Amino acid sequence: MAVKLPIYFDNHATTQVDPRVVDAMLPYFNEKFGNAASRNHAFGWSAEEGVEEARAQVARLINATPKEIVITSGATESDNLAIKGVAAMYREKGNHIITQVTEHKAVLDTCKRLEKEGYEVTYLPVEKDGRINLDDLRRAITPKTILITIMYANNEIGVIQPIAEIGKIAKEKGIFFHVDGVQAIGKVPVDVQKDGIDLLSISAHKLYGPKGVGALYVRRKNPRVQLTALIDGGGHERGMRSGTLNVPGIVGLGKACDLCREEMAEESARLAGLRDRLKNGIMGKLDETFINGSMEHRLPHNINISFAYVEGESLLMGINDIAVSSGSACTSATLEPSYVLKALGVGEDLAHTSIRFGLGRFNTIEEVDYVTDRVVETVERLRELSPLYEMAKEEGVDVSKMNWKTA
Amino acid sequence: MAYSDKVIDHYNNPRNVGSLDKKDKNVGTGLVGAPECGDVMKLQMKINPETRVIEEAKFKTFGCGSAIASSSLATEWVRGKTVEEALAIKNTDIVRELSLPPVKIHCSVLAEDAIKAAISDWKQKAGESKPAAVEAATPAHS
Ligand SMILES: Cc1ncc(COP(=O)(O)O)c(C=O)c1O
Ligand code: FES
Repeated sequence: MAVKLPIYFDNHATTQVDPRVVDAMLPYFNEKFGNAASRNHAFGWSAEEGVEEARAQVARLINATPKEIVITSGATESDNLAIKGVAAMYREKGNHIITQVTEHKAVLDTCKRLEKEGYEVTYLPVEKDGRINLDDLRRAITPKTILITIMYANNEIGVIQPIAEIGKIAKEKGIFFHVDGVQAIGKVPVDVQKDGIDLLSISAHKLYGPKGVGALYVRRKNPRVQLTALIDGGGHERGMRSGTLNVPGIVGLGKACDLCREEMAEESARLAGLRDRLKNGIMGKLDETFINGSMEHRLPHNINISFAYVEGESLLMGINDIAVSSGSACTSATLEPSYVLKALGVGEDLAHTSIRFGLGRFNTIEEVDYVTDRVVETVERLRELSPLYEMAKEEGVDVSKMNWKTA
Repeated sequence: MAYSDKVIDHYNNPRNVGSLDKKDKNVGTGLVGAPECGDVMKLQMKINPETRVIEEAKFKTFGCGSAIASSSLATEWVRGKTVEEALAIKNTDIVRELSLPPVKIHCSVLAEDAIKAAISDWKQKAGESKPAAVEAATPAHS
């Protein structure tokens, strides 16, 4: 089978909407266009029915109940609602929040804002493999701690945190536990009961659903979590999130969750196979390549590799028929390399050379082989062009020990 | 980011890639940037001591596509010029020629620095040693 270009290997950024999800959504743009809050006619009822079915589908995927699912505009809002909502509601109880350094900006910047408002936030470091140390977590807890917020899996390196262990610690101490589950849900089993999660952020567009819709799981018993709303208005979503519901989007979210639940086991195994083929293909043919983050505790569809002596953006330019992303500073507006890789202790020189490959439902083995060849040939070509490679290979200079005069 | 056609052309067909013998006393070597910043340029020129004309120029660059294009262009431009003419090349000339966007201006600055560093290395070797404007990084063999 010939591959169709360009190839999409950037499934941590977003995913293609599954055609079955599109089909499920379409009636809600057409004959079922009603407002789910219209209680007194059939248009409202059929819309509400769609929303309630979707709520049940989301709940089933994470072992929750439908009443615990609050619909939002996406995970950025879910993260904000969870963290700010708990902070405001439980201010009397304490003002301390614990998170960690490789969280998504939706969590980090929310925490930073709360710091300005007088809350205290502890940012736990991560080990070289990208995971937090549970002893660090235990030590960070104070009588004022009201919330622990740790992501399930990281969006750059795919590293999975010890969520069930953290959940246990949180429960012992009577602290709420929020998890940004965006990258993990639908890809690996996420179970709010087994994992001891009290609040869980979900985004539809990362699991083959539409953009601009997501959910926040809010535990209703053992313990019951209350939130101060961020958006006030008509009292939708039990007052936790007002605003007319995005019915087609919500139906899409539900359908997407349902497909993930049914197909996850098989799909994850297939993607892990493709991912390993990609990793072995590339790393078998190129020397001085390094995996960033734990291989053992990792999403099945992620690999993040540093290619020493080859700057990431120039590599992306060479493989411009393949969509991936880089931790290189040259690809970011701030000209800073990835803060996630930095937190792992990856040297800045290697952080600039990293590429994230995110496989997904619609990728094929032919695509993996094509990408392998393109990456290998482009890295080889750019190494021919690299003064650092020449110095290391021909002159035996340890480039990292050179006395670079940085302006 | 969308690259200009000229950047893409230099990236796909870089001119004058390679190295000259840095021990040759007619060869000036400029090595600028740092790996932690994501960019290192090595620019070398073979200069005729009589005519002060740059007869050959080679580069190797670790950096983004714009940095590769800037240094490739720099080798094209300095060839056949005298040392003094080459020193008059400004990073803004490179920006204009390659249509670099504002975030990529530092890549062109690096190319200008590399030209200056290579020439100052040559001058030092030739005994004309004025204090170097931009010095090459010095390998700490260890
Ligand atoms: C870990 C993580 N959290 C939150 C988000 C934000 O999700 P959304 O795009 O739904 O706002 C993303 C997506 O980039 C993510 O990867
Ligand atoms: S070398 Fe980093 S932006 Fe050009």
